[in-house]
Amino acid sequence: MSTTTLDPTLPGDLEAAEPRQKIAWKTPIIMTILGLISLVAFALTTGGDIASQVTIATGTPGLESFTVSLPSQATIAGLSAVQIILAAFVFWRSGSRRHVGWWPPFVFGICFVLAFLLWAVAGKGQALQFTSLLSGALFLSVPLVFGALAGCVCEHVGVVNVAIEGQLLAGAFLAAVVGALTGSPWIGLICAPIAGACVGALLALFAVRYWVDHIIVGVVLNVLVTGVTSYLFSTVLSEHTEIFSKPAQLPVWEIPLLCDIPVLGPVLFEQNVVVYIMYIAVILLQILLFKSRWGLRMRACGEHPKAADTVGIKVNLTRIRNTILGGAIAGLGGAYFTVAAGLAFGKDMSAGRGYIALAAMILGGWSPKGALLAALLFGFADNLQNALGVVGVAIPSQFMLMAPYLVTIFAVAGFVGRVRAPAAEGTAYKGS
Amino acid sequence: MSETTTAPAPTVDQAHNDDHKTPGGARATLIKIIDGSTITSILAVVVALIVGALLIAAADPQVQQTATYLFARPGDFFSTVGTTVADAYSALFQGAVFNIDTSYTVGDFLRPLTNTIAMSVPLIFAGLGLAVGFRSGLFNIGGQGQIILGAVLCGYIGFTFEMPAVLHVLCCFLGALIGGALWGFIPGFLKARTGANEVIVTIMLNSIAAFFLGWLLTLDAFQRPDSNNPVSPPVLESARYPAFFGTSINLGFVLAIAAAIAVWWLLERSTLGFRLRAVGSNPDAARTAGMSVPSVTIWAMTIAGGLCGLAATSQLLTSPFQQLNGDIAGTFGFDAITVALLGRSRPLGTVLAGLLFGGLQAGGYLMQSATGTPIDVILVLKSVIVLLIAAPPLVRAIFHLPDPERRKKHHRASTAAAARSEATA
Amino acid sequence: MKLELRGVTKKFGDFVANDAIDLVIEPGQIHALLGENGAGKSTLMNVLFGLYEADAGEILIDDVPVQFDGPRQAMEAGIGMVHQHFMLIPVFTVAENVVMGNEPIKMLDLIDTNQARRTVTEISDRFGFDVDPDALIEDLPVGVQQRVEIIKALSRQASILILDEPTAVLTPQETDELMEIMRQLKKAGTSIVFITHKLREVKEVADTITVIRRGKVVGTASPKASQNELAQLMVGHSVALTVEKKPPELKGPALDVHHLCLLDPDGRPLLDDVSLTVERGEILAVAGVQGNGQTELAETLVGLRRPTAGSIKLDNHELAGLSVHDVLAAGVGFVAEDRSTDGMIADFTVAENLVLDQIDEAPFSKAGALDLAAIAEHARHQIEEFDVRTQSADVPISTLSGGNQQKVVLARELSRELRLLIASQPTRGVDVGSIEFIHQRIVAERDVGTPVIIVSTELDEVLALADKIAVMYRGRVVDVVPPTTSRGVLGLMMAGASYEDALKEEAAAAKKTAAKKAVQKGDDHE
Repeated sequence: MSTTTLDPTLPGDLEAAEPRQKIAWKTPIIMTILGLISLVAFALTTGGDIASQVTIATGTPGLESFTVSLPSQATIAGLSAVQIILAAFVFWRSGSRRHVGWWPPFVFGICFVLAFLLWAVAGKGQALQFTSLLSGALFLSVPLVFGALAGCVCEHVGVVNVAIEGQLLAGAFLAAVVGALTGSPWIGLICAPIAGACVGALLALFAVRYWVDHIIVGVVLNVLVTGVTSYLFSTVLSEHTEIFSKPAQLPVWEIPLLCDIPVLGPVLFEQNVVVYIMYIAVILLQILLFKSRWGLRMRACGEHPKAADTVGIKVNLTRIRNTILGGAIAGLGGAYFTVAAGLAFGKDMSAGRGYIALAAMILGGWSPKGALLAALLFGFADNLQNALGVVGVAIPSQFMLMAPYLVTIFAVAGFVGRVRAPAAEGTAYKGS
Repeated sequence: MSETTTAPAPTVDQAHNDDHKTPGGARATLIKIIDGSTITSILAVVVALIVGALLIAAADPQVQQTATYLFARPGDFFSTVGTTVADAYSALFQGAVFNIDTSYTVGDFLRPLTNTIAMSVPLIFAGLGLAVGFRSGLFNIGGQGQIILGAVLCGYIGFTFEMPAVLHVLCCFLGALIGGALWGFIPGFLKARTGANEVIVTIMLNSIAAFFLGWLLTLDAFQRPDSNNPVSPPVLESARYPAFFGTSINLGFVLAIAAAIAVWWLLERSTLGFRLRAVGSNPDAARTAGMSVPSVTIWAMTIAGGLCGLAATSQLLTSPFQQLNGDIAGTFGFDAITVALLGRSRPLGTVLAGLLFGGLQAGGYLMQSATGTPIDVILVLKSVIVLLIAAPPLVRAIFHLPDPERRKKHHRASTAAAARSEATA
Repeated sequence: MKLELRGVTKKFGDFVANDAIDLVIEPGQIHALLGENGAGKSTLMNVLFGLYEADAGEILIDDVPVQFDGPRQAMEAGIGMVHQHFMLIPVFTVAENVVMGNEPIKMLDLIDTNQARRTVTEISDRFGFDVDPDALIEDLPVGVQQRVEIIKALSRQASILILDEPTAVLTPQETDELMEIMRQLKKAGTSIVFITHKLREVKEVADTITVIRRGKVVGTASPKASQNELAQLMVGHSVALTVEKKPPELKGPALDVHHLCLLDPDGRPLLDDVSLTVERGEILAVAGVQGNGQTELAETLVGLRRPTAGSIKLDNHELAGLSVHDVLAAGVGFVAEDRSTDGMIADFTVAENLVLDQIDEAPFSKAGALDLAAIAEHARHQIEEFDVRTQSADVPISTLSGGNQQKVVLARELSRELRLLIASQPTRGVDVGSIEFIHQRIVAERDVGTPVIIVSTELDEVLALADKIAVMYRGRVVDVVPPTTSRGVLGLMMAGASYEDALKEEAAAAKKTAAKKAVQKGDDHE
């Protein structure tokens, strides 16, 4: 019946305002600034005739390690040039609204850090122990990686997991105690995720079942776990030092062939089983979260629980299960403090690393591989102060330790890329 | 006539009100009591004590021994459990409230109570800071960092400058306030301007503050000359809170109570507080009513930070501590969260919760020295209390209590369903 | 598949949303469920889909009673639903959304993405949908998202498809396309339950029409019935709104909105060159289908959104670019569209809500301190004057009924000297008694010389209050027309027709009906 001709045309002055994405200038601007810092502060302040020494361990038998001496200024200037070229490249890509990709900022970061390191050791008698710098960084980041993975799993299903700290600590505790009691680090290792899962279960109980604010539950659970483990440490563990001060330790396994890779081989593939589990966990989670039925359903619960409900996904059950799983992953990471490192349990030995893991997860943009990189960054900064402390650098170590935290603040304030949290994280689902 | 297209939302709102955002005023307190929330709180303490008792008993060597022949002589086991727990808790009580054994002087008799009050001072200050944040809808996990910054300024003024006594205390007090306020301002500003989540930013700022303090303590201006440890010189005598009647209660407690009254006035009687509460309850409506949500956010975080910073004064300006070291903030920043939650973010509640937790702390020391029960069990008590208070349905489930909300909920559902009805249709 | 509802009743507390509803949906039919906003249509369908549990009655599929505990059982029984608010996950691809909950697996729990894509393209091609299975939902226009919802339902072998107000968010073109899709689906044997309150659409596509009013089935009709008959069934006779209203006394221009433009963050126009004037003592009603820029217009006027271009002059004072606080201070009263999120603070008391936007002003505060006595006195006065039914001024406003909450909001906004009143959906979710009261107060405010803007999607309300009507369509003001304009013409304008075109069309349609009637009469005589 209706034959009205509709008039969809818009007046001319709005033609110009057709939808177009805003250009993200932040990344190239920040890169340019850092590149100039690298050039001016690192390259130009270094004398032309001094050298930076770097010691690199190789996996090759017969040549355990070698030290190279690089002309400081030239090398740093070269690295700075690479940075500035990369910044220009990103400017061009962004300006023409093309996808930048992950590699230019990544390569940029490596060049910047290398420039900084060479500047820091320039002209010092001591060589930079490059290999031990990396392996130490890996060592320090393992629990962070597990914690960040746990955070990833929980947040994707819609539960904010601040209890990572408690889960790490619980895992460390139970692994140490069971390991010492049974004399087997392996049984201890198996118990670690169980302890973490129990904390995860409590988180799920309060956050999902009783709708308590997730952050509150997380913070309080951390206090609870600290209390229980410290109490048992001060009583049972201290009364039976003959048992508990003798820690069980997991053996180091060299992966044949892979550990012969120059430089990286000994760093990555002469480790204990927890580290290998970490590699597998990152890869598996990265695939499963985004490609599997399990991942799709859990992310649905974290993004839009009602939509998940209307296709028959049991939202709260999914949330509870995966929160417990997340707890187990963090608990496994806790084992790294004790049975993996061969240390006895100590009071509050996770020392706030759970909170750092949370930051790593956010900095990593809620993805397992991002979490891995961010955790490595935190571990690297942590270890950098050790390594440079040996060499004797003018920058106070505290400022190097601060760096990753500052980066995280910049990241959440939106200065570094754009990361998006699951839409429904931290909310309770009360439908049907 | 109404058509509800969403799930019946009113019940949702009801349940959510159970945590920290609850209507204000004396009447509301009354309603709360009738609703059984006070009963919930008491039962939460009871459950916590039971959990603590289990831990105390489980870790006791004698109990462990009697447990080995539990089935042969169960009486032994239970009486040992009984005495162990009773000993520990009576020590806890005597350490926190009054000492029954020593009746030499009134001072001795009341010493535990005065210790409790002294212990509660930093908890009250920081708890008030958290409460202001909660009421404004902000979660300030940055108490640790704010205390550290407060301590840095307070301590620096305290041990560097020589001033007349009253002025010196005042300057140190203001220093702590400003230091904390600055560290609260940053996350507030970032949230207001960029939407950065204050939880993450404050966690980061805690670590940054700790490193910053670590670096300061390597500087000549802060390092104690006669020590190799990273500690500062002690705060000068002139900057210390005067103590009352030779007890451990000092001016700090009076100032903490004054701060509580000030926070009460701020929240309940001032226009800024009205805005804080409005933004905390419903930022959209606050914005529509012409309030500036960003500026309220900044104010809330700055005030919260300042109050947390004041917690440092009780550490620095009070006798046994008075020097700046890496551990100056202890775990007060996190304890304050539990204090504010237990106090339901009301000033009076926060003071009472601070006293309770101060008492647990003070009693915990005596318990540790008298019965050998480590003070860590106090952490367990505190966290169990707060967890249960945050989840009243769980407490009701444990004790098989009826749900006092249900009847009201049913009634409200009808009116609220009508209210929401076509808004979504 | 035949679906039957018998005596389905759903209550929310004391409120009966569905009252013993009987409904039979025959296989392969398009069954329209017609009713006003709030008549209980969506509630009924949520019961049918297992999202709500019915208090009484039963559901039969092919004459066998069934019981749904959740959407999954409903889907397994062959019922698919396209919700009014789409149940799609913005960051997932089309294929992921379609297979979610029903994923094809290749191995080890990994989703067979090729199979998922095929599912989408197969259905998409069958109905000529043109949907890219790899596109992210958030990048798709609303109309395409709706098709994804339909694909999602069809991929689950739905033989009955419920479409809940599917055209509410669509442009007329998209609506026409949807109608075509519905016909195709019907041809393919799918039954459709089409929930709507739009008569034209019903007449165009439905085979059977069931009209629901106030939770009850009030009749069935054939699509041959005239729009008038349907409208009467749908609205009934009792709710005709009457507002006693004198002709307006115009007291000179007050508000002048000039070429106002507003773009969303992606650069799409929300307000497109809007120009309006309102005189003192006059009510301008802004009419239009939900989502055509009315909400944005109100929010821009009050400063909640910053216009991209144009000016808003109130008594020659520029408001564009001012903060909400300054706009309110300039004498603008604002009743927000969504009362519970924007208009009030649920856990604040009635007294506090009554001063929400005046807390900084005397007498309610002095030098940053609240004057509780003044606030209480104000509350007492306003509660009495606006007949707010509440236990006391000190109970949270959430304990009040919707109508009384709205009275509180109105009482707050009218308690000041206003230079302009903007009321968005002033009677949404309000009981009939309160509607009348609120309308009277708005007219009274006009009569003292305040210019008033009413934004409403309810034509009844528009016609009851307006001294002139601005019809909005896609962010533009189509035309400003007199209050005597017929509903038919307004309806056409709300679909984008200019006033002249709408008048012409209306006249042609009237002639046609008259002719038809004459023929019918002739038939009757024979």
